[in-house]
Amino acid sequence: MRLIAMTAAAAAVLLMSVAPTVAQQAQSPSTQPATAPAGQPDVIEGEVTEGVLRPYPIAIPAFSGPHGDDIARVVRADLERSGYFEPIDPNAFIQRDLDVAVAPRFDDWRRINAQALVIGADTGDADGRLRSNFRLWDVFGQQQLLGLQYTATPENWRRIAHKIADAIYQKLTGEPGYFDTRVVFVAESGPKTHRIKKLALMDQDGANPQYLTDGSCQVMTPRFSSNSSEVTYMCLGDNWARIYLLNIDTQRQESLGQFNGVVFAPRFSPDGTKVVFSVERGGNVDLMQMNLRTRQTTRLTSDPSIDTSGSYSPDGSRMVFNSDRGGSPQLYVMNADGSGVRRISQGGGRYHTPVWSPRGDWIAFTKSSGGRFSIGVMRPDGSGERLLTSSYFEEGPSWAPNGRYIIFHREAPGVNPRLWYVDLTGRVERQVPYSGSASDPAWSPLLN
Amino acid sequence: MSVTRKFLTAACAVLLISGAACASKPKPNPTDGGTATGPGGASNGVDVTNMAPTPGSEQDFIVNVGDRVFFDYDQYDVRADARPILDAQARWLNQYRSVRVRIEGNADERGTREYNFALGGRRAESIRNYLVSRGIDPSRIETISYGKERPIDPGSNEEAWARNRNGHTAITAGAR
Repeated sequence: MRLIAMTAAAAAVLLMSVAPTVAQQAQSPSTQPATAPAGQPDVIEGEVTEGVLRPYPIAIPAFSGPHGDDIARVVRADLERSGYFEPIDPNAFIQRDLDVAVAPRFDDWRRINAQALVIGADTGDADGRLRSNFRLWDVFGQQQLLGLQYTATPENWRRIAHKIADAIYQKLTGEPGYFDTRVVFVAESGPKTHRIKKLALMDQDGANPQYLTDGSCQVMTPRFSSNSSEVTYMCLGDNWARIYLLNIDTQRQESLGQFNGVVFAPRFSPDGTKVVFSVERGGNVDLMQMNLRTRQTTRLTSDPSIDTSGSYSPDGSRMVFNSDRGGSPQLYVMNADGSGVRRISQGGGRYHTPVWSPRGDWIAFTKSSGGRFSIGVMRPDGSGERLLTSSYFEEGPSWAPNGRYIIFHREAPGVNPRLWYVDLTGRVERQVPYSGSASDPAWSPLLN
Repeated sequence: MSVTRKFLTAACAVLLISGAACASKPKPNPTDGGTATGPGGASNGVDVTNMAPTPGSEQDFIVNVGDRVFFDYDQYDVRADARPILDAQARWLNQYRSVRVRIEGNADERGTREYNFALGGRRAESIRNYLVSRGIDPSRIETISYGKERPIDPGSNEEAWARNRNGHTAITAGAR
């Protein structure tokens, strides 16, 4: 796995060193069930022994066909990075004469302790499109769990692989997948005192990185809309700060407008019709909301303290935000119209950058305490607080669309920031396979 | 780019202190306190011209007044040691009334990005209020927060953080 991650990282460096490319309009691979009947769901639980997660052994031989090797490699890497699967080394495989249409010799796979087996094939169809189908087998139960076929243009083979990984992940964990997604982030370069910060986009596994801005202003805190093609971000110049909307498919960009004061911390409402943001004016920071259709701006808070980092609940009815109205930065929840404010964070320490999970069940945040920073989660009523990670400096959590992983950035003293992710249990904590300096990641919804 | 220019002027200030020539200002004024032998003077060695900043210039402000004051961790009230500098800024601004300034609030790296924009805004506002209380017309002062995005010291230690928690008074117009 290490080799694969390093290869992807090296490719990322090469790609990032060239001029920005125009975002390619992703053509969505279509899904249809393959002919064989799917079996009953067989949901696995992550097995935990003395606090150590034992991943689920799965065999994913190379698919037959032109992209078969590549697709199997990407599926293996996706599942491995989730922390819940352990792809078995293909060198250990006994059965080599695989056929997607024929049941495997289960004994051969039991002997290498494969709990599940994926057999797949891809072919070019008459229109030049890539058709890929696979079957997921329960080795010990000797039954097919899943059989699906995907069709897409050949250059979208990676997306087919991510969709296959999503289907396997969902079948075996019972949670929705999150691999066919992208991450928008800030690519950092140059010395700390003259840092260049460009908006950048990549697949969740670090593939296909590209710049979306030229670095003439410092880009910060990008966020996706729920349709995953719109991004909002803040950009800082020498004597101005603006919030932009960018359509990453059409490259059309517009500013929210000129405001009297520094504007920052933009986030879309779940339905994509509004943006909440912060305005700093005369030392006071308040939350404002803009209706993107009418361009009307509504004030949500008017407290003379700092009110920032607003994040809508998935149904759009409430908002969590950061305020120091009680003396130190804490988390508060209010109705989306600004009424009914109440504090939810209860522990000691300082709380920042709350983000409501797309499933609604948790709020992720950054906490600083005792000179260290942590990414943590709490329930929307403030109960059940749990810190998942801790380091010298880390911040800016953003949820995977399945609400089970959080991406963030981390900085060691004197070292450039890197992207990391952690799962909701805190047991899976890894660096994102992107080798450049990067901050402020935001995870897209599942692509269409 | 203004950041580069500021760096050069700062370097210039250091050179001036050490007695070396500073050539970043294109029009040296011989009446401004040149002390050593001027160009063309008879000298066996290297001619050194020590040029003091033009009064009312950006350089004058930076070198003779001070364009930056510092704050305590997570604080935004003007420190006692900042008052003499801000008093001098106010006197200078009262003397050169066509000058306009932008107060830039800065924070250190030990905080989250968005909160630091808020904190930088409070610091800039504290300085603005101080200057206004010393008689500067508010319309001459704009403010901006750079959050923690424009550190002047790249270090990750107490000394660097202390330097990066500052308010910078940048001249935007009207200097000589």
